[in-house]
Amino acid sequence: MREKILRIIETNSRVGVSELAVRLGADEIDVANELKALEDEGIICGYHTLIDWEKTTLENVSALIEVKVTPQRGQGFDHMAERIYQYPEVNAVYLISGGFDLLVNLEGKSIKEIAGFVSDKLSTLDNVLSTSTHFILKKYKDHGVILGAKHKDEREMIMS
Amino acid sequence: MRNPLSDKCVALKPSGIRKFFDIVAEMKDAISLGVGEPDFDTPWHIRDEGIYSLEKGRTFYTSNAGLMELRKEVCNYLERRFDCHYEAAGETLITVGGSEAIDIALRAMINPGDEVIIPQPSYVSYEPCAILADAIPVIINLKNENEFRLTAEELENAITDKTKVLILPFPNNPTGAIMEKDDLEAIREVILKHDIFVLSDEIYAELSYKDKHVSIASLPDMKERTVLINGFSKAYAMTGWRLGYACGPANIIGQMTKIHQFAIMCAPTTSQYAAIEALKNGDEDVRIMCEAYNQRRRFLMHEFEKMGLPCFEPFGAFYVFPCIKEFGMTSEEFATKLLEEEKVAVVPGTAFGDCGEGFLRISYAYSIDNLKVALDRIGSFVERLRSR
Repeated sequence: MREKILRIIETNSRVGVSELAVRLGADEIDVANELKALEDEGIICGYHTLIDWEKTTLENVSALIEVKVTPQRGQGFDHMAERIYQYPEVNAVYLISGGFDLLVNLEGKSIKEIAGFVSDKLSTLDNVLSTSTHFILKKYKDHGVILGAKHKDEREMIMS
Repeated sequence: MRNPLSDKCVALKPSGIRKFFDIVAEMKDAISLGVGEPDFDTPWHIRDEGIYSLEKGRTFYTSNAGLMELRKEVCNYLERRFDCHYEAAGETLITVGGSEAIDIALRAMINPGDEVIIPQPSYVSYEPCAILADAIPVIINLKNENEFRLTAEELENAITDKTKVLILPFPNNPTGAIMEKDDLEAIREVILKHDIFVLSDEIYAELSYKDKHVSIASLPDMKERTVLINGFSKAYAMTGWRLGYACGPANIIGQMTKIHQFAIMCAPTTSQYAAIEALKNGDEDVRIMCEAYNQRRRFLMHEFEKMGLPCFEPFGAFYVFPCIKEFGMTSEEFATKLLEEEKVAVVPGTAFGDCGEGFLRISYAYSIDNLKVALDRIGSFVERLRSR
């Protein structure tokens, strides 16, 4: 049941306990308990909304920043990641294999704001060796959802 | 000028609900629960193999029976999933959808005047295909109280000394009924006793929500007298690729291959390459789609229960078949009114045989969100009818 619940709410967190119970052929109580357990265990970390900011009138710019750092004795990269993820404008931080160490996803109101964050805050941190900033120009697909495209049912009503 | 037409063809009844479908087609903003094909796109890796075969220039005919690699994968698949054992050479034929296989199987087996038993409600093409093959169709009206399964008694009563073939359409379109192992064992006795043959249309085999689907061909002494028909349309969401297959004893498959060779030449090559990928690496896709259908099925059953609309629990395909007899309307009247008043299209049960009267076929090859809106509307429609 655990996997099935996660699969459903991964793409639609608004599906409630009663609907989950109907769809999985389970008792509401069991579903509610399982959800609670998933939250308590930190497996479900939040219930977010996928927004296509492009379609709003609000200014929004996002960037991916490659960061090279000096790993610290006894803590590896974790300490540096923690220093970086504390900033509220940082959306995501990943440790990456390959030519650099940390990949930082940043959301800001403007290019200027992001540039300011990189030059003033990120690159001035001790142990940050270099940064390379990539602005996202267009999002085609996010969280498994193709943005902008509205799926049209093109099936014909034929006798089958 | 002489009449250019064949009397046999002209005499075929056109589908009774053509008129109804025309109304649906004109109503642009209607929500449809009428379509009998998956709402999923073909999984990308399968489409990708089709594209790759085109890039590679594999645009020639294949052998008449289909690519040997595909036939081998079909045999592996039937063995792995349903414990059916067939040879790729001689016992397996790749066809243009399951529909072609139905047509040529009947043409390969029927002599004029032979009787073909067709349980209804069922897919619309069995009866015309039987007639075109010069058979006499004998209809068994399946019953709601048996959950639309075929019983040994019903079969026994329909058999005469002219009976040659039984069509076995399970999991069933339009009822969603299945035949479990016990049910099959019971009719197996009758089939063996009367020495008749079976055309088992198992196109919905993967969409079984109780236990795993059982093929009648896997029962003792049945392989020799069964043509098993399956395909890629429903399990892999590949309707438009037009690809199916038939497996059976070499003498029948040999004759079918002859007709197929003269009428069709071979099934589409691009589709055959894509289908190899489907069988090799598609089990997980099938599992995911099947789980999605099952969740929708439970949701619909729950909604009909809330409405108080009687509906046996169907364990196969992607249809539910609720009963609307309490409203004193024909299925077509009900469906037309529902379309006019609530803009929801469903298919009257009578499209699948006279005994579908009083029932509706509701397809759940639609997203849950779609189903929710449609079911809300059906709910208020039913409430309104009851208060009139």
